[in-house]
Amino acid sequence: MKMDALWLRANVIKAIRDFFWERGFLEVETPLLIPANAPEEYINPISTLPSWQLQTSPEICMKRLLCAGHQKLFQISHCWRSEERGSRHLSEFTMLEWYRAGCDYQVLMADCEELLQHIAAVCLTDRDCFVHNSTNINPFNPWQRISVQEAFLHFGQINVWDCLRNGLYEEILTSVIEPALAKFDSPVILMDYPVELAALARTKPGNHELAERFELYLGGLELANGFSELNDPKEQRKRFEDANRVRSKAGQVVLPLPEPFLETLSNMPASAGIAMGVDRLVMLTAGADSIDEIVAFTPEDL
Amino acid sequence: MYTVADLKKGLKIILDGDPYLVVAFDFVKPGKGQALYRTKMRNMINGSLLDRTYRSGESFEPASLEERSMEYLYKEGNHYTFMDQQTYEQVVMEEETLGDAKNYLLENLKVEVMLFGEKAIGISLPNFVNLRVTGTEQWAKGDTSGNDSKPATVETGYVLRVPPFIEEGELIVIDTRTGEYSTRVKG
Repeated sequence: MKMDALWLRANVIKAIRDFFWERGFLEVETPLLIPANAPEEYINPISTLPSWQLQTSPEICMKRLLCAGHQKLFQISHCWRSEERGSRHLSEFTMLEWYRAGCDYQVLMADCEELLQHIAAVCLTDRDCFVHNSTNINPFNPWQRISVQEAFLHFGQINVWDCLRNGLYEEILTSVIEPALAKFDSPVILMDYPVELAALARTKPGNHELAERFELYLGGLELANGFSELNDPKEQRKRFEDANRVRSKAGQVVLPLPEPFLETLSNMPASAGIAMGVDRLVMLTAGADSIDEIVAFTPEDL
Repeated sequence: MYTVADLKKGLKIILDGDPYLVVAFDFVKPGKGQALYRTKMRNMINGSLLDRTYRSGESFEPASLEERSMEYLYKEGNHYTFMDQQTYEQVVMEEETLGDAKNYLLENLKVEVMLFGEKAIGISLPNFVNLRVTGTEQWAKGDTSGNDSKPATVETGYVLRVPPFIEEGELIVIDTRTGEYSTRVKG
């Protein structure tokens, strides 16, 4: 059983590579051990050397490559997030990220459609659907796009801003919204997040309360998170400092800022980038309900 | 103290003064949001189930539970007394706490007593116990009524269904997991 899962995993990774190589993306490798990640409220890096950290995402280095003039980049790499372990989480996991200069998040949504249709065509041999918790999700069905505000009002009869103010956002999202999204037989894109929930995303033109960020859901499983990148160094520094203030209040360590990234950020053209969980993509391809089923070893096996 | 990072199936913690066993656990974390730790827990005293969701930063007191081999001594009112044969230490349990286990308690029976601090909160019995039948109707030979079992009372006062051929004074084996007659002890 596990042997089949490992073949499937290898095929999914190969299909991802082929997809981006065929479209002229440059495959890059950036260091996994870095002096600073992008500080976020609820993501805890794993520290190794005194004051260095394992990457929680390759975004800082990949955006520096955009600043250096690269146009289309992708990377498949391991990321680490402290104390994240559950049926959909591993503390060490595999992430696919891709970036496009001169584009916004709408282009990434189109990429997602093509990528998942490609994976389905190449890796799903006996059926044409991804499967999660007994729901079939067909990537060739028309994709649904719903704004976060609409989703909260429609599925939860509640205002998302009220949820944020009252600390109910995560509870409503995971116990009401995600189960509602799990009923769709096509992938669903949840888009336009309150800016508080998008530390590195650009706000929508003419609306500074909403960020151009989206999440891709299949069968209620969160698969990818993409956005139009913020490239204003002053605003970015402020958001990092805000994140650190929230951390400090919650008794979490204050994280160092990625200074070289902030220094070069003004050279970044309008860009868009996205992170997709490779393990979860393999889960959907295998129809596995637990991440444990599709990795060679879980931490508990070691 | 445990933190939310220690939560997993099988963990025993104290909640509102009672020991709880974590019977189901999942970690959920929406993108960019706070982590939620969803648990289902069983109260180890009364068996009731509880759903609780925790967030980062919460902590729990470990429930220290100990299982000790003891012998059942006697019953007084609805209080049952057990004794540790090594230390001669005695614990008392109420009928309500024992539940169905009371049906099989015969003096000198060896059981495992679960202790939560000083307090005994339950016992585990051997899977099979031998008890003598103290009362049952006579089986009329050639009875064709089709009944393949009849009620019988054993020396603890427990009443169960036994095959028609079992007679008063016989020793029978009872499965304590189901409460049912298993076989008779010959001789």
